[in-house]
Amino acid sequence: MGTITRTSQIHSLEADRMEDPYQVIHDTTFRLLKKAVTVLPSDVKKALETAKNNETDETAKTQLSAILTNLEIAETGVPMCQDTGIMIFYIKAGAKFPFLGEVKEAITQACRKATKEIPIRPNAVNPIVGGNSGDNTGVKIPWINWEIVDGDSIEITAFPKGGGSENASIVGMLKPGVGLTGVKKLVVDNALSYMGKACSPNIIGVGIGGGADIAMKIAKQQLMRPLDDKHPEPEVAKIEEELMDAINSTGIGPMGLGGKTTVLAVKVDYAMRHPASLPVGVAVQCWAARRSTAIITKDLKVTYLTHPLEGN
Amino acid sequence: MAEYHLTTPISEEDARKLKVGDVVYVTGEHVYTARDEAHERALHMFEKGEKPPVDFEGSVVYHVGPVAWQKDGKWIIVSAGPTTSVRMEMFEDEFLHKYKARIIVGKGGMGKKTLAALKEVGAVYCSYTGGCGALAAKGLKEVREYLWPDLGMPEALWVITAEEFGPLLVTMDSHGNSMHEEMDRKVASRKAEVYAKIGIKE
Repeated sequence: MGTITRTSQIHSLEADRMEDPYQVIHDTTFRLLKKAVTVLPSDVKKALETAKNNETDETAKTQLSAILTNLEIAETGVPMCQDTGIMIFYIKAGAKFPFLGEVKEAITQACRKATKEIPIRPNAVNPIVGGNSGDNTGVKIPWINWEIVDGDSIEITAFPKGGGSENASIVGMLKPGVGLTGVKKLVVDNALSYMGKACSPNIIGVGIGGGADIAMKIAKQQLMRPLDDKHPEPEVAKIEEELMDAINSTGIGPMGLGGKTTVLAVKVDYAMRHPASLPVGVAVQCWAARRSTAIITKDLKVTYLTHPLEGN
Repeated sequence: MAEYHLTTPISEEDARKLKVGDVVYVTGEHVYTARDEAHERALHMFEKGEKPPVDFEGSVVYHVGPVAWQKDGKWIIVSAGPTTSVRMEMFEDEFLHKYKARIIVGKGGMGKKTLAALKEVGAVYCSYTGGCGALAAKGLKEVREYLWPDLGMPEALWVITAEEFGPLLVTMDSHGNSMHEEMDRKVASRKAEVYAKIGIKE
């Protein structure tokens, strides 16, 4: 009898020490959303500062100054943009992470809490019967991109995506005969058609090959790359450079009001293609390139990558 | 290029003084938010002979869907940068003719129909830096009413008292000038040079 009691006491003590996995995932996601909408990743902020210093056009300088002042105010805990995006997450789930079953619900509830407490704008509208759900959740939203990887940790990236720049994203199903020149033309022509309407300076992600959905998925994933990296394959890195140079020579500039900085970066990646098709996805990101990433281990230790905890 | 500090309601005469490139700061009680659905509802009410709950004449109409929250029963604008104005192109000329707002604020510019209406009515379109929601909220001091809440927070008609709301850059004026059209021409003139960089000859 005594033994059983002692064992259950030990068990309950351990249970006290062990945090509730659902709660850890929920609280981590809430912080990711809060940081994403109020503080830009340091590489994006740095690129905007550099852009301001490089501009000679007065209007362009004014636009970039407004953006940088706005970022300072936002860092006090206010959403930098009123369009706090639609709730998108990218997850790299370790196959041996023990709490995979908790993730979806914890993220959904964190979106609801973020809507009320940050606050962020309710941006989930039913396209069939109309109406805003009011809490940023609903049919298939939050949208979670799952990737299963080795290991026993989980990496969660909050990627709230604004509507204005999303409206400038396209998929082109090109004839393979147009080749890479045709691919580049599609990207440049798209930039020329939406001008500054996607809140430039933009980041453009390009996905080539695969299929319509695959090209777009690759394109959007490129928006998560650090701005100062290069594609490891020199042929692809060269396309990135050419496209960035070409689009910045349009003179569209910040907010389409003229200037040197139309894009902060163009990132390209690809998949093998079907012999008969050349799909190209072009994902457009506004300057408010909000993303925030954390890793949770199987012991529920949390490390914030893009927005580290102070003192860490 | 001049800088103006205007108080609402804004007269037709004052609006006609503004030229492309001028910067405006607005103070006053006649600042309203309106996106697609609020424009549509206001026009619909006019057709039915009904009066909207606010008088748009002399007002500043801001294309924005703000983030707001309620503290001690009072609404506060948290973040309120402009939305893409061209979506309202299908309503704005009629809206300007019927309600005579004097300053439309948004981002990205508007089209020929709106430009013509600005000239006829005596009004301007101003660009506010897109995405700068936290900065804009500083100038939107007080929410006096949250009307048409059935449209949802972004689409509702927010009645606002502004204090030095700006800088608003005049990009379309009542003299037929549009910085956006000028930009279109400038960028088009560079197309061959841009294409050359990706190996296309035109």
